[in-house]
Amino acid sequence: MDYLLTDEQKMIKELAHKIAEEKIRPVAAKYDASEEYPWDVIKVIAESDLFGLFIPEEYGGMGVNVFNLCLATEEMSRACGGIAVCYAASALGTFPIVLFGNDEQKKKYLPDLARGKKVAAFGITEPEAGSDASAIKTTAKKVGDHYVLNGLKHFITNGGDAETYVVIAMTDKNKGARGASAFIVEKGTPGFTFGKKEDKFGIRASSTRELIFTDCKIPAENLLAKEGMGFIVTMRTFDMSRPGVAAQALGIGQGALELAVKYAKERHQFGKSISSFQGIQWMLADMATEIEAARALVYATAKMVDAGVKDVAKGSAMAKMYASDVAMKVTVDALQIFGGYGYMKDYPIEKYVRDAKITQIYEGTNQIQRGIIALQIIKELAK
Amino acid sequence: MNIIVCIKQVPETTEVRINPETNTLIREGVKSIINPFDMYAIEEAVRLKEKFGGKAIALTMGPPQAEAALREAISMGIDEGYLVCDRAFAGSDTWATSYTLAGAIKKIGQFDLIICGKQASDGDTAQVGPGIATHLDLPQVTYVKKVEEATATSLTLERMMEEGFEIIQTPLPCLITVVKEINEPRIPSLKGMMRAKSAKITALGQKDLDLDPQSIGLCGSPTQVVKIFTPPQRVGGQILNGEPEEVAEKLVKLIKDEIH
Repeated sequence: MDYLLTDEQKMIKELAHKIAEEKIRPVAAKYDASEEYPWDVIKVIAESDLFGLFIPEEYGGMGVNVFNLCLATEEMSRACGGIAVCYAASALGTFPIVLFGNDEQKKKYLPDLARGKKVAAFGITEPEAGSDASAIKTTAKKVGDHYVLNGLKHFITNGGDAETYVVIAMTDKNKGARGASAFIVEKGTPGFTFGKKEDKFGIRASSTRELIFTDCKIPAENLLAKEGMGFIVTMRTFDMSRPGVAAQALGIGQGALELAVKYAKERHQFGKSISSFQGIQWMLADMATEIEAARALVYATAKMVDAGVKDVAKGSAMAKMYASDVAMKVTVDALQIFGGYGYMKDYPIEKYVRDAKITQIYEGTNQIQRGIIALQIIKELAK
Repeated sequence: MNIIVCIKQVPETTEVRINPETNTLIREGVKSIINPFDMYAIEEAVRLKEKFGGKAIALTMGPPQAEAALREAISMGIDEGYLVCDRAFAGSDTWATSYTLAGAIKKIGQFDLIICGKQASDGDTAQVGPGIATHLDLPQVTYVKKVEEATATSLTLERMMEEGFEIIQTPLPCLITVVKEINEPRIPSLKGMMRAKSAKITALGQKDLDLDPQSIGLCGSPTQVVKIFTPPQRVGGQILNGEPEEVAEKLVKLIKDEIH
């Protein structure tokens, strides 16, 4: 399918493709096994300017463009969903500053993030606050010209490796969701430490850690927007970042399909290439069609976000849910085409199944996404 | 330090097929890339420029589409591109090519260093780099695997040998050819790609260069390609098994049969 990309978009796609094939694919299995943070690849991505795709030009970026971010994330995810999410999670941690930061905050944090000298992370999830984000217990108490943070965040992507964190904490417990606020916290701040690194099923190149705040004192000017804006910051951030997760899922699905087609052509049984069997052909046809449908949805949503369409929550939710469900189905089918070999770690395909699974879970489970979509369509029809 | 990098656009070698009837390359549908060894030359030029300042220029001779190779070099950090392109240069062998490129370098003017890849992946001759140095009467160091030290007037280089390496100091200006051990070529940057898209490429034709018409193109090329063919595959040898005496006897018999 031709999406009539502009020259600039083609350039981004081509560049991300080159990075994926030359720098990511050769090390994907290594980082999957070692669970080390892929700093060498991050450095290449940084030097290629791709971290600038989610940062305004006046702060050293290439201009905020969710569609471009999606193209880059999709291409890199074709080779490794884990390494790609290290990149995309930095966008997630950066969006709150881009959207709600004041000029001083932007000047202080964005240039280094645009150059990829530092990566960012976003911290909202807690052990007791997953889908129910309003249940967060981390507190931020204003003491003079400081806030003092206490509490625990967990499952934080880029946790421990990122330098710049945006953390959601309660400034007024009595106000419920309206009592949450967003703060920028720098790695190395006294009272800010990291818990264990999670041993994950997939996306193992990316790091996932707990963020522990023990009387962590941060300057009052690190508050993003105003007190009580924490959930608005979060919602707006997710509206921007969900197409990126959808693009990650899309890339994982596309990567698995490409491997499956290649394998089906090479693998011979009953004296013929298995790609000549209709059973395999129909699987490949379904996989390719579903991926293309997901791509159309992801691209349309990303363009909507970039155009500043007011209510993108439904579209973002649809793109994230559908693309991740497709990625899961396609990767499982791709493994099926590989047969017994596919089940072995010697072949790259089982990793795609593991990497795909998280895209149905994080940044709002697909059940939460369906809730968002349903509420929105009911609301629209009631008008 | 002003540097000129000589590059060549070549067919992507992993995809090259030969027409068995005509014994020529099947070029249709084959992607063109920068000769892989030239990528190391580009990278080294950009690194030296970043370290010492100055300008890095990429130079290529080829058909109009070779402009793409120059733009790719610019996306990696090269400042300017020069395309030597003229029907009069068609059919040049390595002698005529290096003579023509040397003419282009004289035209470009001031430089401290010329860097070439050690050889092109299509012709594999490794002659053009040394040829340019000879035509320009420059010192040359081939198979450089490391620039140990660079000053405004000299380079200290490690030159790859079959076993180990030599350390050579050479005055500037000079020409070096580089091997893949010298660096790891960078991935272009998005800003570089955008700059490359609109960068001006200077075209140089026969009329722009001060060349002897008898020394260019096919008529200026002493090499004549008589025939291109795929060498026949070597068939595996015969292995004789058994006790040493027995094997020796069989071997002697085989040799005798062969002679008669």
